[in-house]
Amino acid sequence: MNILSLFPAIPLLMMLGLWVSRNIRQIHAVMVAGSSLLLGLAIALVFIFLGMRADGQTAEMLLTDSFMWYKPLNIEYAVGVDGISVAMILLSAIIVFTGTFASWKMEKDVKEFFLWFCLLSVGVFGFFISVDLFTMFMFYEVALIPMYLLIGVWGTGRKEYSAMKLTLMLMGGSALILIGILGIYFGSGATTMNLNEIAALHNIPTEMQRIWFPIIFIGFGVLGALFPFHTWSPDGHASAPTAVSMLHAGVLMKLGGYGCFRIAMYLLPEAAQELSWIFIILTTISVVYGAFSACVQTDLKYINAYSSVSHCGLVLFAILMMNTTAATGAVLQMLSHGLMTALFFALIGMIYGRTHTRDIRELSGLMKIMPFLSVCYVIAGLANLGLPGLSGFVAEMTIFNGAFADNDTFHRVVTIIACTSIVITAVYILRLIGKILYGTCTNPEHLKLTDATWDERLAVIVLIVAIAGLGLAPLWMSDMISESVLPIISHILN
Amino acid sequence: MDYSAIFTYMYTEIALIAVIVAALLYDLIAGKRGRKAFHAFMCILMLLFIAGTIFPYHSETAEIFGGMYVYSPVAGIVKSVLAIGTLLVFLQSDSWLRREDTEFKRGEFYVLTLSTLLGMDFMISSGHFMMFFIGLELASVPMACLVALDKYRHNSAEAGAKYILSALFASGLMLYGISFFYGTTGTLYFDDMAAGINGSPLQIMAMVFFFTGLGFKISLVPFHLWTADTYEGAPTAVTSYLSVVSKAAAAFALMVVLIKVFGPMTEYWQTLLYIVIILSITVANLFAIRQKNMKRFLAFSSISQAGYIMLAVISGTPYGMTSLIFYALVYMVANMAAFGVISAVEQNSDGKVGMDDYNGLYRTNPKLAVIMMLALFSLAGIPPFAGFFSKFFIFTAAFEQGFHVLVFIALINTVISLYYYLLIVKAMFINKNDTPVATFRSDGSTRLSLLLCLAGIIVLGLASCIFDGINLYSFGI
Repeated sequence: MNILSLFPAIPLLMMLGLWVSRNIRQIHAVMVAGSSLLLGLAIALVFIFLGMRADGQTAEMLLTDSFMWYKPLNIEYAVGVDGISVAMILLSAIIVFTGTFASWKMEKDVKEFFLWFCLLSVGVFGFFISVDLFTMFMFYEVALIPMYLLIGVWGTGRKEYSAMKLTLMLMGGSALILIGILGIYFGSGATTMNLNEIAALHNIPTEMQRIWFPIIFIGFGVLGALFPFHTWSPDGHASAPTAVSMLHAGVLMKLGGYGCFRIAMYLLPEAAQELSWIFIILTTISVVYGAFSACVQTDLKYINAYSSVSHCGLVLFAILMMNTTAATGAVLQMLSHGLMTALFFALIGMIYGRTHTRDIRELSGLMKIMPFLSVCYVIAGLANLGLPGLSGFVAEMTIFNGAFADNDTFHRVVTIIACTSIVITAVYILRLIGKILYGTCTNPEHLKLTDATWDERLAVIVLIVAIAGLGLAPLWMSDMISESVLPIISHILN
Repeated sequence: MDYSAIFTYMYTEIALIAVIVAALLYDLIAGKRGRKAFHAFMCILMLLFIAGTIFPYHSETAEIFGGMYVYSPVAGIVKSVLAIGTLLVFLQSDSWLRREDTEFKRGEFYVLTLSTLLGMDFMISSGHFMMFFIGLELASVPMACLVALDKYRHNSAEAGAKYILSALFASGLMLYGISFFYGTTGTLYFDDMAAGINGSPLQIMAMVFFFTGLGFKISLVPFHLWTADTYEGAPTAVTSYLSVVSKAAAAFALMVVLIKVFGPMTEYWQTLLYIVIILSITVANLFAIRQKNMKRFLAFSSISQAGYIMLAVISGTPYGMTSLIFYALVYMVANMAAFGVISAVEQNSDGKVGMDDYNGLYRTNPKLAVIMMLALFSLAGIPPFAGFFSKFFIFTAAFEQGFHVLVFIALINTVISLYYYLLIVKAMFINKNDTPVATFRSDGSTRLSLLLCLAGIIVLGLASCIFDGINLYSFGI
């Protein structure tokens, strides 16, 4: 069995294990064993991949494997990874691992919660390893539907409304993707569903591409929080339970960017070049609008959700620039944003679990009460606003560097506009930190609260190590990504 | 004529007649103790029947009775799909038939159900419009009796009357259409008639009349008005039979006739179907959102599903036929699962079928709630359940023939349908209820049928061999 197939297989086995487990100890045992295994496997995958590259294997996708599934439609179960997918798999494994610990204190229907959580990760991992359009789409939808119950049952606030809104908007997006996939399949002569083979055929007529490109881009863009289709994201994130917010903002939103890049742009290159300006404008709006909206929110989760809109907008913005530097930056940003947001949501969940409020007007002086969580919150904030040495800086630097390299006025102007988001981010992050962490605590109830427990510390530390690791030593990761981005970009441009 | 050909090619119908006779005799002869085993007897008999006829014995088509009856392997597959559906209905009907006021009608139920099945089998295999019409009537008249079987309860009698009146009207229109065809072509044989079809205005009108007759059976908009009332009033087991088996048979028969007879008029019936599909899917979806009764709700859901099935018919390709049969099979297990749960809840909670009664079902009957959820997910087309695959295939079938906008509209409608399916999931898993349905243990045969449906929902999509197997025998224009 191919090592890649283990990634969706392990969560499936975890689901089986959860199904037969009888008490909370067994559930935790299954989850810890499974998610540690996934994390170990993902790290091993990085080394295997780098080793294979070092051995001189230059094929675009490595570790490929396929078997025919539905012959009449040329549907295969086909897997394979390049540097981008390896990075995404690593990210997902880290988030699943930390998400498990972040929901350690879950009390209501623990078993069902983790069952859905595992199904979500089946979809996520399956999506990143697939190179077949149908299989990819199938895993994409597998990842979407558990969100409904995860938010609807275990969420807070206006959870039913948010869950329904999120599910329907994302499913609307996936309806667009489906018709786009059919368009690509039949447009390329209905001989294969394999991504790389379709790209190699490169025979979809440009006038058809003009129809399918916007459809697929918007389809994935809904999940990537593309303005004006981002409205599910703040409500959804704010209502979701901690681990789900982490996985959703951290990984699931990356499916959107990844799909836009890998399917919409890679397979429909001519249309991508022609129509990219429309989406560049939309993503620029996402970036700036998200940041401004975050400034005026009072709910911790909403602030972070809008900040996600802004940062995910940056991912789409960067891939639309269509050069290697910016696209490498986009993948780095996916990684960095995934880790940062997961850290943020984990911390917010922990603070909320103690104070039972997420309203920044009711929180103050937390630094003295829970120093560990507060320091971590500061670190997450600094990573978010792009402090050098942390992952956010590396990603944003690469993106803006690449985006500005295009020497026409339009690209430079939008880059400058998008750059302002860095300043706005600093505004809301610093204001937030100043308000809730420093000053004196006004609520006497809060004085009795305690700092993080071991499970929370573990989750938070793993994420911070990853963020700092990416920030301090970005080269091994960015080299791996850029060499995989290169063939895709050169395919789009030629 | 060589009569051995009858036994060689008509084996399904002959075996079914044998089953019907056995049921009749058992009903007559069996004593008090024997009647207790009636249910098991019928289920085993059906199982044997399915086991004997599931694989087509001949791989070539053949005509007997001078072309009145046409044997084709793909029709054989459809017949076994219908028979499996009937078996599932039998399994789910036991607790309803055990009730005091229906106990004595058990034999009637089996015989009537099997008669309709026989009618559908003949309809599918006919090669002559007279035969086709007889099959259709054999399928609808006993159905009216079935709908009214619970005549002292609920609105069963009213539902039966509504059904028979609409059915007769539709049959009349259909006969009228057929008579025009006879007038313009001079024959009623499918094969000969195709040569005389030229798309003259009279023939177009005739085709619309013919289509109306079948559109009623499949309950497509605008011929759907009887559906919700009949589904609500009929006993739940009959409703599930009506919504699945009868619909699948009529859809397949429609496709066969459109391909075989109306091949020269393809563009006309494709336009007709185009409009009907959009109407069916959209109107039914919008109405389904407002329903508060589970049976009415599933009635509208089944109308929209019928619209989706027509996407396979409109393609007219062999691949389209495969996806139609596959869709019907997948839809059957999912819908049977949903109706199985509804029926179990209804029988064990004194007739609760309102959507509000399902609030908090997960707390009291977790297994039923999960099965219901998976069935709804499959109906909505969520992977990895079978419904996702079958929907994908029919979309591909229609898309391949260039119906891009139609597929797009259908896809947007899947989002609307997801909304109302999720409303039920929400009711069962999220909503609170002060007086939930009490915890109960449903009877063995219902549980068996739900298990079979569940296996179908999970396995049918992932195991590609079933789809490939059907694809071997399909035909098209």
